[in-house]
Amino acid sequence: MNWKIPAALLAAALAYPFIFRSNFAINFGVLVLFYALIGQAWNIAGGYAGQLSFGHAVFFGTGAYCSTILQLKLGWNPWPGLAAAAGAGALVGALIAALSFRFGLRGSYFALITLAFAEVFRILTNAVEFTGGGLGLLIPLKRGAANFQFAERIGFYYAILALAALSIGIAIWLKRSRFGAQLAAIRENEDAARALGIDTYREKVKVMALSGALCALGGSFYAQYYLYIDPTVVFGLDKSAEMLLVAMIGGTGTVYGPLIGSLLLTLVGEVTRANTEAQGLSLIIYGSLLILIIGFLPNGLVELFKLRWRRKARA
Amino acid sequence: MDATILGAAVINGLLLGGSYALVAVGLTLIYGVLHIINFAHGSLLMLAMYGAYYLLVKAHIDPYAAIPLMVVAMFAAGYVLYRGLIGRFSHGKDENILLITLGLSIVLENVALFFFKGDSQTITVSYSDRMVALGPALVPLPKLVSFAASLVLCAALAWFIARTETGRAIRAVAKERQGARLVGIDVEKIFAVSYGIGIACLGAAACLLIPSFYVSPSVGNLFVIVAFTIVVLGGMGSFAGALVGALIIGLTESLSGLFLGEALGQIGISLIFILILLFRPTGIFNK
Repeated sequence: MNWKIPAALLAAALAYPFIFRSNFAINFGVLVLFYALIGQAWNIAGGYAGQLSFGHAVFFGTGAYCSTILQLKLGWNPWPGLAAAAGAGALVGALIAALSFRFGLRGSYFALITLAFAEVFRILTNAVEFTGGGLGLLIPLKRGAANFQFAERIGFYYAILALAALSIGIAIWLKRSRFGAQLAAIRENEDAARALGIDTYREKVKVMALSGALCALGGSFYAQYYLYIDPTVVFGLDKSAEMLLVAMIGGTGTVYGPLIGSLLLTLVGEVTRANTEAQGLSLIIYGSLLILIIGFLPNGLVELFKLRWRRKARA
Repeated sequence: MDATILGAAVINGLLLGGSYALVAVGLTLIYGVLHIINFAHGSLLMLAMYGAYYLLVKAHIDPYAAIPLMVVAMFAAGYVLYRGLIGRFSHGKDENILLITLGLSIVLENVALFFFKGDSQTITVSYSDRMVALGPALVPLPKLVSFAASLVLCAALAWFIARTETGRAIRAVAKERQGARLVGIDVEKIFAVSYGIGIACLGAAACLLIPSFYVSPSVGNLFVIVAFTIVVLGGMGSFAGALVGALIIGLTESLSGLFLGEALGQIGISLIFILILLFRPTGIFNK
């Protein structure tokens, strides 16, 4: 294992806010790390284990609503709320996985059922009273690190850095662990994996719980950063697609793919927003990139880096 | 519960189902032959609806008269899309097709947003507001027309698949790809033709929907989950199944809206979808 890359990345990420001090730069860093986190959450299920999901927003929204409702209705502090959100995300992940995999859903069918679950959650939160319905929930302003509402953006930056680093750490661990190897076997050929004695059902439920927990952390962070959530934003297909795009474009099943994807997509998003009034231009680019990546670079942008390293190593 | 309200809800549900059937028949053909889920179906419908809209607004062609034109145009669009993009980029993997069509739908929806802006547009034709009394319900004439057209479309497709030479080839490819290739059928071409026909149905659907509906860049999203539900419910590749499935879904939406209220009523379709995927992924009519 080469520890130079993660160590260098972490050092660069820790130093970033001291080099780029503007609010814009810090916000940019927060967005990159935020999308890297939820992209990695998707990647762990969709890339490492090959369980394509079109409805990961179900975990994101669960996390966002869990910590927010605990705060507003039961007076919880948002920090334990963050932990509770992860627990809720894991639970929902395990439940959806247990149900879907018990009935043998695979591939595109699994993608569709996750989409349907996200829809059910969106409609439910939209319709019932205590989630604030379609109006959404507003978290009252109480600045302070103790309330997970940092007075300075830099606080949010380091919070999301910790979460993103955790997700990348898990991705590294998966590359080296028995669990990760079992997931790779499931992704490549599930029947063969079962023939080798892997309990594919149990491993798939475990990975969905892990992915759901990470994704819910992202949702809870989102709620604290923007202090407002509504059903369409946190449970909508757009959120599910964002995570998928970040991971697919960067490179699925790789440790740094989601980070690279997030960096590129956030850059494209900010540049188009700054230079044009036109809505949706960044999404046109994202969608086209997705198609091109599948057509020409199935392992994602991370492949470009690998090719260069290999060439260097040979030279 | 008042019997007239219930009766009206049933009739509206069936008519709604007719509209859904228009969108779902093309999807079930693509699904049955290529075994892929065309996630771009909704956004291609949106594109066809803008086509019908601008044909009326700019060229003063009545939507119903524009049907042949839109069917041909959408067939060409579908054929070219499959040949140039989907077939070529997917490397023969089903999941890649799902992702490519997702990418396509994101691109199409946002290109539409770029050119047509986000507001919804409606058209007015002489018959848009004409109402017909149907038992306890007063229904708009265009909805009745699209209901009848959905029956015709299903029958026409079933006839085409059962009786024509191309239809025979499509059935052969759907049943046994390798075998079809061995007897000399150009499988890739049949895929592209099937995709083209599936998309051509959207051309007809768009012309029939637009007099009583609106068009906006995101209008296709309304139909996506609904159409998937219908296709899986009816059994893949079955036109009669799609029709019956569409009527069931239309009724479900109308009745759950009536009993559960506007906001919660939408949940019925997603729940049916989950249940059918879990318990009968081959559809309710297949043994």
